[in-house]
Amino acid sequence: MLEARNIHYAYVADQPVLQGVSLTVPGKTVVYLLGHNGCGKTTLLEILGGVRAPQRGEVRLDGQNVHHLPSHQRAQRVGLVPQLHIPVFAYTVRELVLMGRTPYLKLLGTPGRADYEIADEAIEQVGLSHLRHRAYTDLSGGERQLAMIARGLAQQTDVLLLDEPTAHLDPRNQRLVLETVVALAEQSVSFVISSHNPNSALLYAQQVIVMKGGRVVADGSPASVLTEDTLSHAYDMPVEVIYNADRVARAVMPRRTNGANSHEHHVRVF
Amino acid sequence: MIRTLSQRVAVRLPFSVQQRQLLLYWLVLLIPLPLAVYTIGLGRYPIAPGEVIDALVRFVVDPPEAGAQPDLVYNVVTRIRLPRITAALLIGANLAVTGVAFQGIFRNPLVDSNILGVTSGAGFGAALALLLSAGAGIVQLSAFGFGLLAVLLAYSISRLYYSAPLLVLTLVGILIGSFFGSLTSVLKYIADPLDSLPAITYWLLGGLTDVTLADVPLLAIISLAGMVFMWAMRWRLNVLSLGDHEALALGLNPARLKLLIILFSTLMTSVAVSVGGVIGWVGLVIPHAARTLVGPDHQRLIPATMAMGASFLLVIDTLSRTLWATEVPLGVFTGLVGVPLLLVILRINKTGWK
Repeated sequence: MLEARNIHYAYVADQPVLQGVSLTVPGKTVVYLLGHNGCGKTTLLEILGGVRAPQRGEVRLDGQNVHHLPSHQRAQRVGLVPQLHIPVFAYTVRELVLMGRTPYLKLLGTPGRADYEIADEAIEQVGLSHLRHRAYTDLSGGERQLAMIARGLAQQTDVLLLDEPTAHLDPRNQRLVLETVVALAEQSVSFVISSHNPNSALLYAQQVIVMKGGRVVADGSPASVLTEDTLSHAYDMPVEVIYNADRVARAVMPRRTNGANSHEHHVRVF
Repeated sequence: MIRTLSQRVAVRLPFSVQQRQLLLYWLVLLIPLPLAVYTIGLGRYPIAPGEVIDALVRFVVDPPEAGAQPDLVYNVVTRIRLPRITAALLIGANLAVTGVAFQGIFRNPLVDSNILGVTSGAGFGAALALLLSAGAGIVQLSAFGFGLLAVLLAYSISRLYYSAPLLVLTLVGILIGSFFGSLTSVLKYIADPLDSLPAITYWLLGGLTDVTLADVPLLAIISLAGMVFMWAMRWRLNVLSLGDHEALALGLNPARLKLLIILFSTLMTSVAVSVGGVIGWVGLVIPHAARTLVGPDHQRLIPATMAMGASFLLVIDTLSRTLWATEVPLGVFTGLVGVPLLLVILRINKTGWK
């Protein structure tokens, strides 16, 4: 269980990015983190991942303060897959994924046979086996994102934090990644996924946290959080939630500025 | 983005990329030793490889007692050529591997270990000692010390600025290098044009002509220690080359590791420059050539770069002492050969930097 208590952070004094964020991520759960650009999602993920220390508050993983753990132990338990990756050297997909094994290596060690097997399995899980020996600089944006997620999987952590993992993926690859995530969450791992796509949250999340201006404005089940009121408030724009016949939310749509969605005027129901 | 040769032509060749890179890796590692034995035999007084090996074996197993008068072959091999060739191997390996380490931690394929001003500092130190007519030992010590001082200055000054530490460090390094370059120009301006000015100019061009057996121990100790350290960093350099943020997320301490790598690189470059003078281009050309042959994984790149740097400088030094009656300064030759070579490598790789 990952718990954050009253996290405060500011890059520049007097311009707080996080203002007292608290949240709880239970084991084996997929948590979605929604919120407008600049609301502090990435900063929060970095703090949860132990990569950035909060200026106030603390992050605990099963009771232990993440920022007090030795860094390799922390990296064995919490993984962070960054949003954008700018490659310089043309490592192969396999070499890149193997780097996820770094926290498990001895001081001067290099990956051994078991590490290669774990890396290959992670590559298989995201469906990139056929590209294993290709330079990841040659891959498409989506494939590169999948390789980065495979690296997170190879890290074998209790919690994996994914910063906009589906931003560059086509619908099929989004589905591949998110169903992989759900399957892994059923086994052992918890995921925190930052996203701008409330529809994915409807489909895959067990818990949704909505942020606005550095604060949590809603936290709960998708049904309780993904409502027109909450989302309209969070994104500062009118949002429509579309339900099916059983009153289950199926889609979240923005409303157009000039009143109702214009096509509705032209559709007649016979 | 840098692609390797074998990744580019993967479709056309019979072996898989992995097999080819492995083969090239071992080939590259095996070259320096036979090359050294062969080049010891070359020169104004040619010696057959068999005789060279015989003399080297005697040097190690059964050295003649002090006061004994050994034969000419033994003298030429062990007293004259062995120190010089050892120095060429060590300096070449040094400059090349520190280049690859700096390219990794600065995430920039256009830098070498001189980016923090070590060579300019060392050049100033040597020029200062030469101006004061100091002996060879003092010149070396002064070069070594000022090389370290330049990097220490660059590193400390860069800590005063808050933003983008890597960029600031690079910028301050270039500034410190230029500053010491200007100081060296001042020394040259006030130097005696008949005596110390030629000495300074000649030293700055680089060369291994004056290397003696006495120069080898310090060079060997620092070089070998540095190479062992770099080899130990071979996996970490992979992770560091992804950037601080990801290295942190993977449980490393990038700030501390980079400081260690800069420290060892600076020691290695300083000692190389103090013995061989200013020898450019090895640290830039060889890492690119090695990446082209064996790929970007530092597990292989580090040993391959050392072997290729050693071979490269040995070949250049041998050419510089055998091609013409007067030697061409080494630093001149590495540029004349290295720059076209780099252009060819970049063309082969069709490197597309963004």
